[in-house]
Amino acid sequence: MTWVLANLDRLLSLTLEHLYFSVIPVVLGLVLAIPIGWAAGLRPAVRAVLVNVSGLLYTVPSIALFVLMPVVLGTQIRSQVNVFAALTIYTLALLVRTVVDGLSAVPSGVVDAATAMGYGRVRRFLEVELPLAVPVIVAGLRVAAASTVSLVTVAALVGFANLGSLFTDGFQRDIPQSVVAGIVLVLLVALVLDRIIVYVGRLLTPWTRVTSRPARAVARPASPEVAP
Amino acid sequence: MNYLSWLFDPAHWVGPDAVIPARILEHLWYSGLAVLISVLIAVPLGAWIGHTGRGGTLVVGLGNGLRALPTLGLLVLLTLPFGTTLTGPLIALIVLAVPAVLAGTYSGIHNVDHAVVDAARGMGMRESAVLLRVELPNALPLILGGIRSAVLQVVATATIAAYVGLNGLGRLIFDGLAQRDFPQMIAGAVLVAVLAVVADLALAGLQRLVVSPGLQVNPSGVRSRARLHRRPDAAAVEPA
Repeated sequence: MTWVLANLDRLLSLTLEHLYFSVIPVVLGLVLAIPIGWAAGLRPAVRAVLVNVSGLLYTVPSIALFVLMPVVLGTQIRSQVNVFAALTIYTLALLVRTVVDGLSAVPSGVVDAATAMGYGRVRRFLEVELPLAVPVIVAGLRVAAASTVSLVTVAALVGFANLGSLFTDGFQRDIPQSVVAGIVLVLLVALVLDRIIVYVGRLLTPWTRVTSRPARAVARPASPEVAP
Repeated sequence: MNYLSWLFDPAHWVGPDAVIPARILEHLWYSGLAVLISVLIAVPLGAWIGHTGRGGTLVVGLGNGLRALPTLGLLVLLTLPFGTTLTGPLIALIVLAVPAVLAGTYSGIHNVDHAVVDAARGMGMRESAVLLRVELPNALPLILGGIRSAVLQVVATATIAAYVGLNGLGRLIFDGLAQRDFPQMIAGAVLVAVLAVVADLALAGLQRLVVSPGLQVNPSGVRSRARLHRRPDAAAVEPA
């Protein structure tokens, strides 16, 4: 505990670095996975290729991906772009599959109804299919966020400061407190991000709360559910 | 192509300085040992939990909670008390592999069709026979799935274990990093990536080979009946 108190500033700055390295790839991966997942759902052949390629990419160990990024992208070995690109690839590999699953689980009757009401393809996707796929995508996003937060620590081995630096420092200078503090903080960051994702997911899907509490929905049928 | 010079240098593959085959064998040795011990621990435990139904939520929770646990932190923490021997990293690898195998075995056994289990009991099978001859063969796809994700996790973490003093393919990456020998790093990374993909494909192949054809799932996720009927012809061409 004394060690933690003596190093509070450093722990805070490393936590912020860690958030920076975790949040950007997860957001980037999500933004890219939605159009790719949509495109994959249109043609079974594209879908099969994407699912297989993403499975294969997920197989490659993170340290190898960090090292190989400069070769693939032509970036400098010390460039942060390598870390962002590698972690975005992992998020993508996980989420493309999730988006495809989530979209294909939308009841076809709902899609047909939207079409019959005059929704164009793009508007139907954005206003009907995507919102209905949110619960599945949120579930995938939680997995992706948790594993990304954990994987960021590996980037400390190739020289990027984040909570993983507490492990490398702790190892080199034989300070177990540093390692334990690092593990606790990583788990804490993962937990906080997980809660945020769940919360945003609930905000985006007010109807799931209505169905889970039918009594309330019946009591106030006219008022739309307002988020707390 | 300059990047790949180290990887394709014949002196690194054969002869007195052949480091690559040695590193691959070390990597396979650490990973194989860790997975073997994990399977010996987790399959019987998971089978027991799945069969009796006790502690199931704990198994599922453990698997989910461990996802955010940083493998590097665990590795360093377990290495500090033991020094740079195999013990610390090996325990870390086992700790990381056990939940995946446990979850796979538990859900495999737990999800076996109840009618099948009841039929086995109705035929007069003892509990041990129900478990060994009915539940385990039916659970095999999920058990192997669990082992597969454990292997992936272990192969990746064994690479990082080079940081705490082990050999294996990670040695090439960390030596390359320390010596600013970029081609050596690339060689390590390429070899680890290929090893992981090959191991995964090999296990996928094994899965097809040992799982009963009645349980094989075709890509659309539907159990194929046609396969079952085609079995006599298929057996004729199948290699032993």
